[in-house]
Amino acid sequence: MKRFLRRNAAGYVFLTPWFLGFFLLALGPILASLYLSFTRYDMIGAPRWDGLGNYEYMFTRDRRFWKALTVTFSYVALAVPARLIMALGVAMLLDKGLRSISFYRAIFYLPSLLGASIAIAILWRQLFELDGVVNDVLALFGIQGAAWISNPDTSLYTLVVLAMWQFGSPMLIFLAGLRGIPKDLYEAAEIDGTSKRRQFFRITMPLLAPVIFFNLVLQTIEAFKTFSSAFIISDGTGAPADSLLFYTVFLFNEAFKFFRMGYASALAWVLLLIIGFFTAITFLTSKYWVHYENERD
Amino acid sequence: MKTNATDMPDQNTALALKAARKKREARSRIYKHIFLLLVSVIMLYPLAWLFAASLKPENEIFNSIGLWPSEFKWDNYTEGWNALPLSFTVFYKNSTIVTLLSVIGNLLSCSFAAYAFARLRFTGKNLFFGLMMMTLMIPYHVVLIPQYVLFLKLGWVDTYLPLIVPRFLASDAFFIFLMVQFFRQLPRELDEAAMIDGCSPYKIFWVIILPLSLPAMGTAAIFSLIWVWEDFLAPLIYLNDIQSYTVPLALRLFLDQEGQSAYGQMFAMSVLSLVPVIIFFAAFQKLIVRGIATSGMK
Repeated sequence: MKRFLRRNAAGYVFLTPWFLGFFLLALGPILASLYLSFTRYDMIGAPRWDGLGNYEYMFTRDRRFWKALTVTFSYVALAVPARLIMALGVAMLLDKGLRSISFYRAIFYLPSLLGASIAIAILWRQLFELDGVVNDVLALFGIQGAAWISNPDTSLYTLVVLAMWQFGSPMLIFLAGLRGIPKDLYEAAEIDGTSKRRQFFRITMPLLAPVIFFNLVLQTIEAFKTFSSAFIISDGTGAPADSLLFYTVFLFNEAFKFFRMGYASALAWVLLLIIGFFTAITFLTSKYWVHYENERD
Repeated sequence: MKTNATDMPDQNTALALKAARKKREARSRIYKHIFLLLVSVIMLYPLAWLFAASLKPENEIFNSIGLWPSEFKWDNYTEGWNALPLSFTVFYKNSTIVTLLSVIGNLLSCSFAAYAFARLRFTGKNLFFGLMMMTLMIPYHVVLIPQYVLFLKLGWVDTYLPLIVPRFLASDAFFIFLMVQFFRQLPRELDEAAMIDGCSPYKIFWVIILPLSLPAMGTAAIFSLIWVWEDFLAPLIYLNDIQSYTVPLALRLFLDQEGQSAYGQMFAMSVLSLVPVIIFFAAFQKLIVRGIATSGMK
């Protein structure tokens, strides 16, 4: 008994920093922002209770809120599949016993590390300018370029391309997953004369499903959180014509440019619910398409 | 390749088939390399272009896909370094302070928490572990406003405390998770033997677990170093005085103030800001790759 108590104490001692952080920097703020979301708060006076006012304004009158949702959802819907397909494709090429794998792996992963930096965001702005490199390359193929970023119809795609450029980290996870698939399965399929396509859908996909699931959840959350690159490329405002008004950029401006802290808190809570919703959906549906090898029914 | 005992085909046909297959494989391997090399060029080209542009005279930067400057303008680096009201020396010093302290904080607090979760028994462990995993999903934007109000009331705005203190409180659950994964792989017999010898859990942590976990610590240190170095949102909110700007904030200021007139210099400073990341990546590639494969993140 005494020993049990002593062990218990050690656990709590080691967890003390985390406890402080969890209550002061995570749980506390989440609850505080729930409260603030029902108030008007400009940081000068005290928060004034406003009931559901913020939410009502958000859903019924704030056009920019809906615009931000549209932009963010379009981005998630385009960038996540694009990045994952790219990552899986390259991972499958690398998996088949190439000797120079570590060379390619390093090159493909580097952009994932650099992608979030301001330097790359600055570079991206210039690449897609009217007189930028992308148009110069297109001109080589006789394609007339455009001002990709200042045109609201195309600006979002420049960020999708940036997301694709950073396919390295899901690729590494796919590679680790592919390593786990027994090679004799493919050999057996080969002997049976199964086509490559069928091998992919009947062996690779099912056995890789847990990894795909994992990558899907993580990359979706990551995509919802996109901030720095959108902020820099859109001059901090979501320009042009709000076509780059990512939800996070919108929230940031409401809070720290216009000091509508109550409203921004409501936005934060809606974001939390959206991410929670998507994660829950993925988890709930996962049992229909993800099968773990050592699963017992 | 093993042949089945049941159908022993003619030896010659078997050999011919094998040779044909080898040839086919060799050819597909070449195609694969060509394709992968092409992808590599596309992946690296933007970085190469950025570096080249940082050395070009202003009028050569745009409308040219070529990488070789007609003359090397190293001035872009020296002039860019001093183009803002304060020199980049200040910003690099600031970034270094914030990064080093943050990395230390991350390593200490997260390894404490991970040790508790991976090795110790205490009431409520599963609940807390679940809560910790949930914080992985919470976007920083959700806690941003109350945190800001808190730090403002504490008088911490325009200091580095809001950037550093959270890292001493294990606020980045990713690193806890990474270390838990690693600690769990260490043989339990070690702790048990030490426990029987009368070692306290504290001593076991410092003397057995930490020294055996240097690879995991290294991975965590590198990731945390790179992410803190590139961090933009928190400094953007908490640092208003240019004296205290970190490198990403300085780059953004450059973009706003000088960007339209001095592209070469801005690119030069952008390149410099990436150099530490690239060096660390090159030096510790193995640790980074292994870290992602085991934890499966980012």
